[in-house]
Amino acid sequence: MQETGFTPAHIVRLYDRFEALDKEKTGLLRPQDFGAINGLAMNPIGDRIIGAFFSPGQETVDFHSFVRILAHFRPEDKKRPKDPSMPEPVNSRTSKIKFAFQLYDQDKDGKISRAELLQVLRSMLEMQVTEEQLESIADRTIQEADLDKDDAISFEEFRKSLEKVNIDHKMSIRFLR
Amino acid sequence: MGWFLIPFDNLLCMVLGISFTVGFSSLLVIVVPAVLGVSIGIRRLYMKSLLKVFEWATVRMERGAKEKNQHLYKPYSNGIIAKELSSLEQEIQELRASGTTLSSEPEFEMADIMYFCRRGVESIVDDEVTKRFSAQELESWNLLTRSNFNARHISLRLSVLWGLGLFIRYGFLLPLRVTLAASGIGLLVVLTTIVGFIPSGWLRTYLSEKIHLMSYRICVRSLTAIITYHNSENKPKNGGICVANHTTPIDVIILANDGCYSMVGQIHGGLIGVVQRAMVKSSPHIWFERSEVKDRHLVAERLSNHVADKTKHPILIFPEGTCINNTSVMMFKKGSFEIGCTFYPVAIKYDPRFGDAFWNSSKFGMVNYLLRMMSSWAIVCSVWYLPPMSREEGEDAVQFANRVKAAIATQGGLVDLLWDGGLKRGKVKNTFKEEQQKLYSKVLVGDQEDQGEDRPQEDEEEEEGDQNEDRPLEDYTPRPLEDCSLRLQEEEEERGSETPMKDQ
Repeated sequence: MQETGFTPAHIVRLYDRFEALDKEKTGLLRPQDFGAINGLAMNPIGDRIIGAFFSPGQETVDFHSFVRILAHFRPEDKKRPKDPSMPEPVNSRTSKIKFAFQLYDQDKDGKISRAELLQVLRSMLEMQVTEEQLESIADRTIQEADLDKDDAISFEEFRKSLEKVNIDHKMSIRFLR
Repeated sequence: MGWFLIPFDNLLCMVLGISFTVGFSSLLVIVVPAVLGVSIGIRRLYMKSLLKVFEWATVRMERGAKEKNQHLYKPYSNGIIAKELSSLEQEIQELRASGTTLSSEPEFEMADIMYFCRRGVESIVDDEVTKRFSAQELESWNLLTRSNFNARHISLRLSVLWGLGLFIRYGFLLPLRVTLAASGIGLLVVLTTIVGFIPSGWLRTYLSEKIHLMSYRICVRSLTAIITYHNSENKPKNGGICVANHTTPIDVIILANDGCYSMVGQIHGGLIGVVQRAMVKSSPHIWFERSEVKDRHLVAERLSNHVADKTKHPILIFPEGTCINNTSVMMFKKGSFEIGCTFYPVAIKYDPRFGDAFWNSSKFGMVNYLLRMMSSWAIVCSVWYLPPMSREEGEDAVQFANRVKAAIATQGGLVDLLWDGGLKRGKVKNTFKEEQQKLYSKVLVGDQEDQGEDRPQEDEEEEEGDQNEDRPLEDYTPRPLEDCSLRLQEEEEERGSETPMKDQ
């Protein structure tokens, strides 16, 4: 499990967790197994997070993929040498931003369209604001971030808008030894 | 050829003879004090020596692990990840501070999604509720393979010890315990039926008390349960209701060992049904037919009638409704708290070092569970009797239930959770998701509203209430009153969350 960077002890714990979620003991997780987690069911974007675990067209996720997705949330390895020949590690800043981007970009066309942005806003706010307020928020956001004026936010534009944000802090989970 | 068999035959006879003698004498040593209600102290001695053995075993394992230069897999009961305790408001403010905002009003940022994303993934890896429904994890090994995670580090000496332990537990303790249990239950059934023939009066009550206590004492010994009762001056009295946290069906035996209670429950078929019917012949227990259980008014009525009669024993109720793994106390169902009488809370805490008492009903059936219990070393627990409580003026059933729950959790050293035990089988309600959405929208839009505080907030709350009424009821709680309790708890949470920077 070198690619994920988890220690063997972590992997064992994650495997225990995987088994605990896999109630029917099939060795694979399905969307409904995730749905049973209460913290997730309560989360406004819970469904999208669940979707991130499943590759397009697939209905199950095995332990290998489970761990690989969770590895996105490991804190960055600050001491890693910048080696352009090696593939980008899964918990680097870019990978984390990409993960967040995919939460918005559900049709995976590489851009966040206005409709997709509206959808996310709607799940996060639902009954609390009116439709007009949602639209105005979406318009303003696209205006600020969309640099090439194609009415959608590409990955690069997304990354630029997050320049000053401490991604490592916001998108990392501290795993105990 | 024949002469081979003769010494063998003798040997066999000898072995059988010895085991019978040993078995019988230990039975006597155990049963006689049980009948008389006296304790010799063998079990405590047994417990102390076991502890010493376990410590030794753990030390050896650690040494073994160090030699191989590996980490001992120590399961932590407080989780795999360190969760950030900051609230939604705090996090979003931080995101703003690092982002570029020209206006002072907080508005939506693309990065906001990261907060929810991280929270979501955190709960995938580790969440409060699901953790409560699997057995607690131990720091040291207690020579039972079921709680061992470090199979690689066991040296030869340790394996021998474990093998010896296995032999003792299954070869000696298990048959002994099964015999005891059988005799305890048998005695209970037979004697209560006999007492049932005596016309009701002083003699009958006295005898039935004695019989119940005696059979429970035998059952307790059959499980090798070592119980410490604290604060016995607060023991439940007649005409009250005793509430306790629920970990296993054995809770009943542990409490009934020290006093007489009236049990409440559904009539089962089979062996348990026989026991139930016998018990009710000599003293008043409240058993319901399957059809009656759904009718809440009938249940409440019978309970109230029982409680009103001061000659009847206190009722024993487990308000959580299901078995929790003894690290926390979950939401108390408010039904029983509506009855107006004194409540005697009791906290039961098991010591997991000797044997895990938690009944994971999705993993094990009843028989399997009992077998596991009887082949553990012992069941050690502490029972605290808390001072009696009653519902105060202006306090409704839910608040009272929460008050009792908090008292039990504090005393037993358990975590006090707001979640419903029914979540073991059911799903979370939409109302919790709305809470999150509401908080987030407050951050975005709420700053302007904070200035004109009271009125708009109240309007929001009322709207919330109406929306809830229209929403269809979720499946797992068939009783409509449960929705009210949840709504009330949310309103409490809202009032709490209006104070800024309060930790979630």
